[in-house]
Amino acid sequence: MNSRKKFIVSHAPFWHYGSNINERSYHTMLAALPAVLLGVFQYGLPALAVVALSVSTSIFWEWAFSAVTKRPNTVGDGNAALIGVLLAMLIPATAPWWAVLTATFIAIVICKQIFGGIGGNSFNPVVLALAILILSWKDIFYFDSALVDYDLGFIMYHPLVALKAFGTNAISDFSIGDLLLGRQVGGIGSTFGLGLIVGGIYLILRGFIRWEISVSFLVGILVSATLFHLADPTRFAGPIFHLLTGYTLIGAFFLATEDSSSPVNFIPMLIYGAVGGIVTVIIRSIGAYADGVVYAILVINMVNPLLDKIRPKALGKVA
Amino acid sequence: MIRKSFLGLAKPRFEYAALTGAMPEILSIPPPKSVKFLVNGSFETKGKEAVKPGDEVTRGQKLIHSEAGGAYAMATVSGTVAAVMPHSGDFGKACTAITIDVAVAGDGDEQSEENQLLPTLETALDTLACLPGAPSFHNFQDQDNPIHTVVIYGGDSDLLVNTNQYIIKTKLDEVKAGIATLKKITGVEKVIVAIPGEMVQGYGHIGAEVKSVDLEYPAAFPQMIMKNALEQVVPAGQTPEHFGVTFMTAEAVASIGEAVEAGHHPVRKLITVVNKAGDLKLVSAIVGTPIRDVLDAVGISLEERDRIIIGGPMTGAAIYSEDFPVEPSTNAIIVQDKSDISHVSDYPCINCGDCVRICPVDIPVNMLVRFLDAGFYEDAADLYDLYSCIECGLCSFVCVSKIPIFQYIRLAKYEIGRVQAVEAVNE
Repeated sequence: MNSRKKFIVSHAPFWHYGSNINERSYHTMLAALPAVLLGVFQYGLPALAVVALSVSTSIFWEWAFSAVTKRPNTVGDGNAALIGVLLAMLIPATAPWWAVLTATFIAIVICKQIFGGIGGNSFNPVVLALAILILSWKDIFYFDSALVDYDLGFIMYHPLVALKAFGTNAISDFSIGDLLLGRQVGGIGSTFGLGLIVGGIYLILRGFIRWEISVSFLVGILVSATLFHLADPTRFAGPIFHLLTGYTLIGAFFLATEDSSSPVNFIPMLIYGAVGGIVTVIIRSIGAYADGVVYAILVINMVNPLLDKIRPKALGKVA
Repeated sequence: MIRKSFLGLAKPRFEYAALTGAMPEILSIPPPKSVKFLVNGSFETKGKEAVKPGDEVTRGQKLIHSEAGGAYAMATVSGTVAAVMPHSGDFGKACTAITIDVAVAGDGDEQSEENQLLPTLETALDTLACLPGAPSFHNFQDQDNPIHTVVIYGGDSDLLVNTNQYIIKTKLDEVKAGIATLKKITGVEKVIVAIPGEMVQGYGHIGAEVKSVDLEYPAAFPQMIMKNALEQVVPAGQTPEHFGVTFMTAEAVASIGEAVEAGHHPVRKLITVVNKAGDLKLVSAIVGTPIRDVLDAVGISLEERDRIIIGGPMTGAAIYSEDFPVEPSTNAIIVQDKSDISHVSDYPCINCGDCVRICPVDIPVNMLVRFLDAGFYEDAADLYDLYSCIECGLCSFVCVSKIPIFQYIRLAKYEIGRVQAVEAVNE
């Protein structure tokens, strides 16, 4: 009827910063890549198989859930793939295929989608899934027994387990250099300290994670570990040992910083991170588990909504 | 436009561009063949004095459709009324569009016979409200909140727009005359001229207190000027008028000055036009000129699916037709190429917190948007500071999920207002 040109009409603002979710997901995976590659290099094909299976099944569950619930397909945002990568980084290279399949099902369907999908989960899906797995199949995720057939030319027992059982004498053979370079027993992508630090710094500089959380988490680890160490140097290891073993670094840079389950205001971020670090060291030192990062992160995820109520007063707010 | 740089640690920062050095040249748009005016009030409630198609109107004549609220437009040209049509504005605001075919082709800027411009508040309301810059005199009539201070901002609250900065730098005499007139007709003693940046020298003689306003967006918003320059925080949900302060643009005051000094109404509106490449051009066009004529004169060609924005990039309004006229409040026209248009999405909030950290008034936007998304407007207002929002649009600008947060906020305020209006009627 009319040949007038049609224009796009939408609400202000008419500019956008250009950030998007895909970019966040893919660059977080990129930052994790060095640590994953070292794991694959060390443990060979089984590690590669675990990573590939974890990523592909995560994507599959994400797609399947959206198909079953008739919701838009969200595979493209990269979050499912990221969850797959992070989950694979935390588990041993020997994890059987069905355990990986179950793990990603728990992470994607139970820990993420049931809460409402991306942005709706109150706990980090990767961490919650891992906690459920460890409770369910202890032996599969117990590194000393899982990796018993490997001899990679470095100390083949888990540093934190040794510390827990035998005190600081047992860990005197671990050098900082070995720990930094991933010459320790652990998950596929959680042992390469240097790679994780570089990846974490990359994410901070790019603005994909919030430095306040990572830094306060690490400070919490260092301070509380120092206090324990000073109290009983034969039983409790020093701060650097705690910093470079177990899930500390991957927790500080990749797990505690998950957007949905972490606070956004400045002071809450500092408290959130610091509490995470402190709870980690408390569990490691006097708790029942050798590594406390998983449970510490679940604890801070839980207090996050309460913490985030500490916020500046809005302009003109009455009373 | 500012795009995210490789390093994303620092939050984006916008600055108003200060107009310095040699003043840009003004492109004068020739008078159009027909002009259009939008008058408040619906087409259906036609009043006795309404103009009809076929009526002869002269420049300076009031164009009335419905008498409700004293709404009128001022004919900026002489000619014949060609059409009176209903027009729907933002949020369904009912307007009536009056189109006039211009009688004298050629130079329509000729002066008509003079209006008697008596400097009283009533005549100002009656004759001056449609001057370029749209000076508002209604606030002075409010008996509950008598106005004691007028703040004249010599800049524009949105980015990219240079209109009022140009006025304050080049039309100081008119502004000065306008200030004198304002003081006379409103009885207001205190007039403050707010100038963007540190350049507050050179305004000593204009008969007003001069204050500097920060260049960081959104420092030029009335609530921010109130807080920073006047040291009065406006409580959420209230306006500066509650504190006896009202805001006017430099162009409005200059128009008042010009009208009173010269004895006739200025009809030309200064507009910042931004083309697809982002180049700025200041043009002057007769109020009522179709946007099409302005864009043609500047040499901007439009394609299907481009976007035309009236106002600035952060707070303006997109229009759907080139026939939309230049209004007394049209400070800028921005044209975006279809490839530059950023789209919004219905993705959920991922709680990254970028909006919270950029919000100039510290609203917990991450929580607010969840309530707005669910339609819990009352809770959003009570618990999460909906009414503290000054509507700067920065949250939508940085949103990783591309949620139209600003639109949610405007919609929520509109819906609450609608419910309150219904409740007030029922009581």
